[in-house]
Amino acid sequence: MHECKCKRSLAGFSSVLFVVLSLVKVFLSQSPEAACLSAEDISPSSNGPRDDDPDDLFAGVDGGSVSGQSRPQSGRVRPLAGPDEEENRDTFDIQISVSDPEKVGDGMNAYMVYKVTTKTSLSIFSRDEVCVKRRFSDFLGLYSKLASKYMHMGYIVPPAPEKSIVGMTKVKVGKEDLSSVEFVEKRRSALERYLLRTVKHPALLKDPDVLQFLESSELPRAVSTQALSGAGILRMVNKAADAVNKMTIKMNESDAWFEEKQQQFENLDVQLRKLHASVESLVCHRKELSVNTASFAKSAAMLGNSEDHTALSRALSQLAEVEEKIDQLHQDQSYADFYLISELLGDYVRLITAVKGVFDQRMKAWAKWQDAQVMLQRKREAEAKLQYANKPDKLQQATDEIREWEGKVQQGERDFEQISKNIRREVGRFEKDRVKDFRVVIIKYLESLVHTQQQLIKYWEAFLPEAKAIA
Amino acid sequence: KIYEPEVHSDRRKWRMRSVSVDLNNDASLVIDIPDALCERDKVKFTVHTKTTLSSFQKPEFSVPRQHEDFIWLHDTIVETEEYAGFIIPPAPPKPDFEGPREKMHKLGEGESSMTKEEYAKMKQELEAEYLAVFKKTVQVHEVFLQRLSSHPMFRKDRNFQIFLEYDQDLSVRRKNAKEMFGGFFKNMVKSADEVLISGVKEVDEFFEQEKNFLLDYSIKIKDATAKAEKMTRSHKNVADDYNHISGALNNTAADNNTAFKNMCVLQKVEDRMASDQELKLTELLRYYTRDIQAAKDLLYRRARALADYENSNKALDKARLKGKDVAQAEENQKQCLQKFDKLSESGKKELTSFKARRVVAFRKNLIEMTELEIKHAKNSVSLLQGSIEILKSN
Repeated sequence: MHECKCKRSLAGFSSVLFVVLSLVKVFLSQSPEAACLSAEDISPSSNGPRDDDPDDLFAGVDGGSVSGQSRPQSGRVRPLAGPDEEENRDTFDIQISVSDPEKVGDGMNAYMVYKVTTKTSLSIFSRDEVCVKRRFSDFLGLYSKLASKYMHMGYIVPPAPEKSIVGMTKVKVGKEDLSSVEFVEKRRSALERYLLRTVKHPALLKDPDVLQFLESSELPRAVSTQALSGAGILRMVNKAADAVNKMTIKMNESDAWFEEKQQQFENLDVQLRKLHASVESLVCHRKELSVNTASFAKSAAMLGNSEDHTALSRALSQLAEVEEKIDQLHQDQSYADFYLISELLGDYVRLITAVKGVFDQRMKAWAKWQDAQVMLQRKREAEAKLQYANKPDKLQQATDEIREWEGKVQQGERDFEQISKNIRREVGRFEKDRVKDFRVVIIKYLESLVHTQQQLIKYWEAFLPEAKAIA
Repeated sequence: KIYEPEVHSDRRKWRMRSVSVDLNNDASLVIDIPDALCERDKVKFTVHTKTTLSSFQKPEFSVPRQHEDFIWLHDTIVETEEYAGFIIPPAPPKPDFEGPREKMHKLGEGESSMTKEEYAKMKQELEAEYLAVFKKTVQVHEVFLQRLSSHPMFRKDRNFQIFLEYDQDLSVRRKNAKEMFGGFFKNMVKSADEVLISGVKEVDEFFEQEKNFLLDYSIKIKDATAKAEKMTRSHKNVADDYNHISGALNNTAADNNTAFKNMCVLQKVEDRMASDQELKLTELLRYYTRDIQAAKDLLYRRARALADYENSNKALDKARLKGKDVAQAEENQKQCLQKFDKLSESGKKELTSFKARRVVAFRKNLIEMTELEIKHAKNSVSLLQGSIEILKSN
């Protein structure tokens, strides 16, 4: 580990706590009023089911089997409980880890291979424990498949980590320096989080592509992932947004819930991006601070050497040592942890984009339905005209077309209602997960802060008698 | 000291009152600066004196003084030949409101584009920064006067008395003094001291050690001060980032939990205390960098006196050889020797007490800093553990 020194900064630390607690405020509130970042526009009534009661998560969803909805099957024998119970289960019978990055090949064709280990008791898996080797493009390929399958149904598909040309090039070229080590570690961690989020989704867990990814030793090489980065997919899918904007008929939102939620997510998006940028700036400034503190510690040591009063000289040298120790401690600590928070924020910025994409998909579905209705109307008008024109064969065709479009209208309506239902469920799940995610990270962070502070107390209490001994 | 800031509606006027809780050792002459007013570029200090000495007209009085008046006082003392054997307390540095001024500018420019909360927050930060600069500058001007008042010779200085007592504007005197001395002596000292001091063939062990020590230490402490300042500045950047982040969060979060809000306020208070305390270390180093320079100046003056004495010896030998002006040369030599001995004697005392003073100041500041660190850390631990409890129980 390189020598990272960072000033034990009480001011910095205290501000950290302040930030973290504020984060907690935002992200741990369960009620929609608190989760909603803009205080305006909260309509107390909405047509659909309410999501504020976590136990009532599936109140609006038809019980029993609804197409597209699936539940993870537990390995244990369990009476088929209501949907709430299954979803609210805290323990998830699957553990995934991404580890042991290994470089394969040389030069610009080189790539990293990661070991993906799955430990599970779920019956859909063929074994309790599986290890496979995967490369980054495999993850991207998985995401592109899942997105194309599920996004249009309103499922929030967790996006894969971003590509990074700069980062990867360094690794390929073989630079064994700190930044490439950090890069690989950052990527490994991101890939792990990606997989965990993916399998947390009950539908995705059962998906055959996911199972194949986790289990089979050979995976067909994902093609055209150059074009299909996670962001690329989202952009493609979000072209629906452009279509929506071009819609001549503005969607008549009969359900205020969707309007509310969309606004919420817009706001959340803006806030998260701002926050993420600030946190990244902070990480950068902290690096600067650590460098400056390290040089101060050295300077203080030199000053101590020069000091001719023996006791003061000793105390100054001790001070320099304490500063170094503390900075090392704090640097290890807060840098790594802010890394965590910064990465978490980055994940959620991408996730929010996926959520917004899903809302746009719903609009697309609505537009399709509306278009079908317009078409149907036209066909009916055409048929009416033909009635008078007395052309029996054309009339038959027209009647057939009417039937066809009636079917499409019905399908359109069904699809629209389905995607709306799915989105409600997905959003509820997303918000629960978000709260849990942030809580877990924040608790971890706070506990590590406690540890740091306790170490600090130890160091300073050891120094105090030295300072007092100056006579 | 307890500071109560008072901000006028016109943002460019700042006043700060302080209540000194320090105990002055010698009650016969007690000086403090209870009040300071900052208007645009100028700072007006209220210098308050309480005395039992008969040389003053009243037992208690206050006068307004500007930073330039302090510099005038310092310079006249430096120029006074009698004080050559003393360490002259270093002049206080000019009040530097550049940081807060920049911020105020930014605040004015960005007022329209900020939310009400952001604006209020920035204003708060600005006020805190002004307060910090104020504290520093008042402290350093006060310490300068207190050094003078606690020195057996300086406290009797006529110009010092004028400074404390004269209830008119000192600017006329200041101008005259400048014309008289023109800062010539000061400039000479600065450029020549290193060479001259190190060139002295020292017979006296004490001064030999002091010379070596001071030359080396002054470099080291200057470096340590610069690094400490850099560190403090980085620190401020980091704290600024945190404030921006928390400000944004505060704006957006609907506050359901007052406990969190209280904790956030507490953290902010701790934040301020922590940055104040860190400034202690930097301020200590800054002050002693200047003080070390003053000690070096003393060595310089003594070295010059030694050089004068050696020259006078040479002149005497020459005179004896030539047989001309011997008496004069003898007299000159005697005077040079007297001066040099006087400087050496008082110089020794001054340098010894200087070391003692330095050690005491470092000890005091290091202990206070350490105790504060421990206190903050303990506070933080209990707050953190409280937060963790709340989070885990949710």
